[in-house]
Amino acid sequence: MDLLVAVALQVMTGIATLFLISLGLAVIFGMMGVINLAHGEFLMLGGYAAILSVRHGINLWVAMFLIAPLAVGLFGLIVERLMIRRLYGQMVETMLATWGLSLALIGIVTMVFGNTVGGFSAPLGSVQVGKFQFSAYSLFLIGAAGLLAVLVWIVLRRTPYGLLARGTMQNAEMAAALGVATERVYAVTFALGAALTGLAGGLLAPLSGVVPTMGTAYIAKAFITVITGGAAMLVGTLSASVLLGAAGVLGTFLTTPVLGEAALLALAIVLVRLLPRGITGRFFQRAL
Amino acid sequence: MSRKLFLEIAIALFLALAAALVLPRVLALFALINATVFIAMAVLALSLGLIWGVGGILSFGQTAFFGLGGYAYAVAAINFNDSLYAVPIALLVPTLAAAALGYFMFYGRISDVYVGAITLTVSLILFNFANSTAGEEWRIGEAPLGGFNGIPSTPQLNVPGNPDATLSPQAIFIVAVFALALCYILAKLLLAGRFGRVVVAIRENETRAELLGYDARRYKLGIFSLGGAIAGLAGILFANSVFVSPTMFSLFYSGQLIIWVMVGGRGTLLGPILGAFLVQAVTTWAGTEPRLNPNAILGILLMLAVMGMPRGLLPTLRLAWGRRRGVQLA
Repeated sequence: MDLLVAVALQVMTGIATLFLISLGLAVIFGMMGVINLAHGEFLMLGGYAAILSVRHGINLWVAMFLIAPLAVGLFGLIVERLMIRRLYGQMVETMLATWGLSLALIGIVTMVFGNTVGGFSAPLGSVQVGKFQFSAYSLFLIGAAGLLAVLVWIVLRRTPYGLLARGTMQNAEMAAALGVATERVYAVTFALGAALTGLAGGLLAPLSGVVPTMGTAYIAKAFITVITGGAAMLVGTLSASVLLGAAGVLGTFLTTPVLGEAALLALAIVLVRLLPRGITGRFFQRAL
Repeated sequence: MSRKLFLEIAIALFLALAAALVLPRVLALFALINATVFIAMAVLALSLGLIWGVGGILSFGQTAFFGLGGYAYAVAAINFNDSLYAVPIALLVPTLAAAALGYFMFYGRISDVYVGAITLTVSLILFNFANSTAGEEWRIGEAPLGGFNGIPSTPQLNVPGNPDATLSPQAIFIVAVFALALCYILAKLLLAGRFGRVVVAIRENETRAELLGYDARRYKLGIFSLGGAIAGLAGILFANSVFVSPTMFSLFYSGQLIIWVMVGGRGTLLGPILGAFLVQAVTTWAGTEPRLNPNAILGILLMLAVMGMPRGLLPTLRLAWGRRRGVQLA
């Protein structure tokens, strides 16, 4: 029984982590159709922003919830302005340019901070589940992931910006004809995705540690999650996170971490083969 | 065979012959081995040039087949103790892997972008897997896989049938030069033929090609498998000049590979080869500068290439040359 609860918590943490790392990408790729291969490095920057702030004596929660998303959101705004904006509609070129950005960021961060693992210990201590110890921070992550999902849903469904953004993504020309400054909507949406990614990086920093190359560990998983999710970005990413995250953690639990990861990716490939338009291409079609 | 094609093949053979005759005599051993690595990478670039530039399939994981070729070669050569059997095996394994992956991708009719994501994922899985194979229990026959360290005792090529007569670095360089020339010529011939034309037609307009009765899936699968085979050959050459290790699968190489093709020029066969040589020269130089990080240089180079010279070096030069001579290019 205790084991069951412990495994269930482990699975939910895995799902929450996957959802957190994919959410920003779901906005940038799922909504805007921009392939941002520097997504992993946005996470890395979020992690660094949080760690550097904590090292300079800033409160940990402020660093994670405010500074990390703000810093990466601003950075995203600059990237959109200088690079992404010139390449809208050119998928492959965007992919390559952001890959270049990814490599450059890894290189530059390595040059500045060195190739060492930084980190701070997870706050909140641990909880006891029968004879198993469980980090309370993981529970907090699960809550944070749920909260973020609700928050993003509210922003997209219930705010004026959300309406403009959904309209612009659906038909940019029509939105422009109706007087929407689509350029600005794109810029804000990209920055929002970047900020969500930075937040995820900050939240995951205590668990994973921060290295310049940490992005490469996440990017494939994030992409495969968003792709498996399909067109409805929020529900899709959520359902794909649930399926793939559970497969990954259970695979890890039953065999080894490497095979667990392989199980996650293999399931994703099979899912994409069965549902070429993603989970929400077949189910929950009218969801957001 | 048209005259132009004949001329190009003759030039390629002549250059290969010249390089094989001259370079081993003038280069020091270290430089010669480095040159062999460059050539292996040029073969790899050619494989991507073929499937991406010609076939329009952007594979982010071409290094998967590069690494599989290298590992298959090392494992087979250790087990059979004779590279006569190892080479065909090392060509077959990546070809079959590419065919299997290609079947899922092309017969699933997933779009270009997802092809990129899936190939990337596969190379990452292989990278993680190869890294996790440390320890005694991970061995295939006689060959330990060695995890992070790879297989430092990767055997060299030997004279077929005589395992004791391993080739010298000079001889391996010559083999590499001719392998590159051969791949180039084969690719040229392929493109001139029916198969190549259909592949290009599919790249230009898949729907139209299908309406004309060509099964796009089959042709894509064909060119993708061929690209896997050539990447496997590059892996064999690399294994002979360095040794096989998980880095062969790494993002560092698959990223570089795309940069070589992008900088050299998509749609040409010579462009990727030139791009491979040029960019490697730059990164090798950056590697000797302690303050610079090769990743940063590569990334900035790629961003500049995409933003400033999206056609790539060779097509841009050709265009400029044509304009100077007053030729109107479409």
